Amino acid sequence: MGKIIDMINAAVLAGTPLLFGTLGEILTEKSGNLNLGVEGMMFMGGVSGFAAAYLYNISAAQQTSGLIAVIFAILGAFAAGALGALIYSFLTVTLRANQNVTGLTLTIFGTGFGNFFGEHMAISSPGGFAAVDNTVKAAFGAVDIPVLSKIPYIGKLLFSYNFMVYLSVFTALLLAWFFYRTRYGLNLRAVGENPATADAAGINVTRYKYIATTIGGGICGLGGMYVVMVTCSGVWVHNSISGLGWIAVALVIFAAWDPYRALIGSLLFGGLSIMRLYVQLGIPMQIYDMLPFVGTVIVLILTSVRQSRQRSQPKSCGTNYFREER
Amino acid sequence: MKSKPVDAIRIKNACKSFGSVLANDCVCLSVRNGEILALLGENGSGKTTLVNMLSGIYFPDSGSIEVNGKEVTIRSPKDAFDLGIGMIHQHFKLVDVLTAAENIVLGLPGSLRIDRSALNAEIRAISKRYGLEVEPEKMIYDMSVSEKQTVEILKVLYRGASILILDEPTAVLTPQETDKLFNILRNMKKDGKAIIIITHKLNEVLSISDRVSILRKGRLIDTVETSTTNAQELTEMMVGRFVSLAIDRAPCADTEQRLRLRSVTCRNADGVKALNNVSFTLMAGEILGVAGIAGSGQKELCEVISGLHPIEEGKISLVLRDREEKISGLSPSEIANRGVSLAFVPEDRLGMGLVASMDMVDNMMLKSYKDPPGFFVDRKPPKEMAERLIRRLEIVTPGTSTPVRRLSGGNVQKVLLGREIASNPSVLIAAYPVRGLDINSSYTVYDLLNEQKQKGVAVLYIGEDLDVLLELCDRILVLCGGRVSGIVDARSTSKEEIGMMMVHIDEEKEVGA
Repeated sequence: MGKIIDMINAAVLAGTPLLFGTLGEILTEKSGNLNLGVEGMMFMGGVSGFAAAYLYNISAAQQTSGLIAVIFAILGAFAAGALGALIYSFLTVTLRANQNVTGLTLTIFGTGFGNFFGEHMAISSPGGFAAVDNTVKAAFGAVDIPVLSKIPYIGKLLFSYNFMVYLSVFTALLLAWFFYRTRYGLNLRAVGENPATADAAGINVTRYKYIATTIGGGICGLGGMYVVMVTCSGVWVHNSISGLGWIAVALVIFAAWDPYRALIGSLLFGGLSIMRLYVQLGIPMQIYDMLPFVGTVIVLILTSVRQSRQRSQPKSCGTNYFREER
Repeated sequence: MKSKPVDAIRIKNACKSFGSVLANDCVCLSVRNGEILALLGENGSGKTTLVNMLSGIYFPDSGSIEVNGKEVTIRSPKDAFDLGIGMIHQHFKLVDVLTAAENIVLGLPGSLRIDRSALNAEIRAISKRYGLEVEPEKMIYDMSVSEKQTVEILKVLYRGASILILDEPTAVLTPQETDKLFNILRNMKKDGKAIIIITHKLNEVLSISDRVSILRKGRLIDTVETSTTNAQELTEMMVGRFVSLAIDRAPCADTEQRLRLRSVTCRNADGVKALNNVSFTLMAGEILGVAGIAGSGQKELCEVISGLHPIEEGKISLVLRDREEKISGLSPSEIANRGVSLAFVPEDRLGMGLVASMDMVDNMMLKSYKDPPGFFVDRKPPKEMAERLIRRLEIVTPGTSTPVRRLSGGNVQKVLLGREIASNPSVLIAAYPVRGLDINSSYTVYDLLNEQKQKGVAVLYIGEDLDVLLELCDRILVLCGGRVSGIVDARSTSKEEIGMMMVHIDEEKEVGA
């Protein structure tokens, strides 16, 4: 029993960055923008969030407050991810550049951006590696919730995580509420499905695309920050995102563009990526490392045969809208 | 609603041109509150252009528009909304994966959270008032065409429109659905709304409208009270008297049967029967004209014969040297190999048949790249063929290596038709081959078709201009809503007769079954 709970704990922790990436991309695709730059935006968010907390940590030294470091990390990560998405929006919405090419370029750019500044911080620090101190690390550790965390089993299962986990779940619920219950969510879905109809109904298609894509990028950035601050315990590790952004893109399809399903998907894929620690099958480690990607391929194959119109990609996704082309 | 008799809409001397084409030439139009005005005219007569100026899609070059007695400027669909003008387009503007209610409320201002039960109640209230039937929570993709139209009407009513414009609303409806729609329109009329309905179906005009405005070639011919007119008079005004073109009609060369269609039925993408029980025999050495209002099944007819569109029922067979062979169910290339050639000129002219960015030689090769078989293609024969066509048909082009998209419309059509003819077909289907051509080019095309006919080719000519059909063809098949309303001898019939058959099926005369 204890081992299963340990495994679920680890799966949730490993799945959280995927969840952020998936949610950000769902929001983006709902506006009809297929932004393949999730990986890049996660790198940008990762390095910027880390840098914000790290530089604050250095300057405040002994007076460092965990809460302020957390706020810096969140703001830095969100802003950097949003900046990447803003570049993407400008290129595809305003200049009508090809969405696939722009997204791929953003991935390459973001990866370079992250590794360059990350390495720069590492080599300019005295020890040769950049790391936050224990105060900051603790702020990203498990939150002790009075009473709830003490309940046997349930406490460990549900109330033993760091605040980023709760934030990601909250984001999923918020997005679901936004899409399915609010007027703006409805308008956004119409923009992604049929921008010409939305335009005719008086919806500002360009504004919706910009805002949704930019906020989506910010959410992806938080996923990158999680990897650096939680998974890597506040130390900059070269190539730390390493493909998580791509899994998130596939998870969007797995989740059928639904935030609730994204919760399940990220837990499942988080589980796949930590399996080697919990299920020993006597196979080479590299095979374990392959599992999430093999899973991604299987998901893509299975979902490509699905016909339901309710659970398919927003129809205008991947094509730019140009009013005069009606 | 105003008690004094102010026109809901009054258009004064509206002109609109596209390039050198005058789509509307000083048209005046008015509609009162509580009245249904029918706008009647053939395709291309400028009906849609006129109402698009009311709905904010086009802006008039000159002239003025008054709404409820006040002069207004309509620059966008939103301006039209604000003035209470609602347009129901021929092609629905709905988001498939949303419900009816969601589509209706789309883009409207209001509270952050949508109160669905209140919204549904409101929609039901409007529906009840006008006799509309709609399920607010039903997804659009689960709806029939008629249900989708109902949602469009509701969308307009929900936004508080008092002036409704319907662009050919019955084109996609069954007769029963049309009756239902007309009842709804009558309810709206009783409620004091002004309604403009565009149509070219005479029986509908007579049954629903209070007054009729007839447009022809961009001009307003007349506005008459429906009660004082009849179908004959309206047809005459709509079709008008054209300057006759004298086309040499060669006598029929041959009289053997070539292509037989037996009870052919097919459905279009919307699931509507595009062809319904169509039967006819195409003779070798004749030109069989196909007349009908646009969208009566002409496109589907071409496509089922050439194998591009599957048929649901019936049989198509080709007769060659007294041997009858079934060709329905074969692939397009197998049908083409048996000598059935399709020269289809769709509205965008380059869509089907030619690749715009390729030059003439490559376009010739699209048809012949398979012979001789092998990995490499021989560009010499197609190049010679292209040069032959340029000389024969007097195609104006800088050379065989110029992309066809750079050629003028008439020359593009000559390339297409020339290539089809060069393959020595036994059946030639020419759909709108003179669309957009000037008189001279049109005559070249007529001559080409006549020449084919004399060679014993069975020609199916799908045309728009009744005068041309009458003079060029030997027999004319009239399509009406996907059914054959009659096949007449072009030498003895009249334009009026065909015009009537185009809009009305006389059950006794119906050919088929």
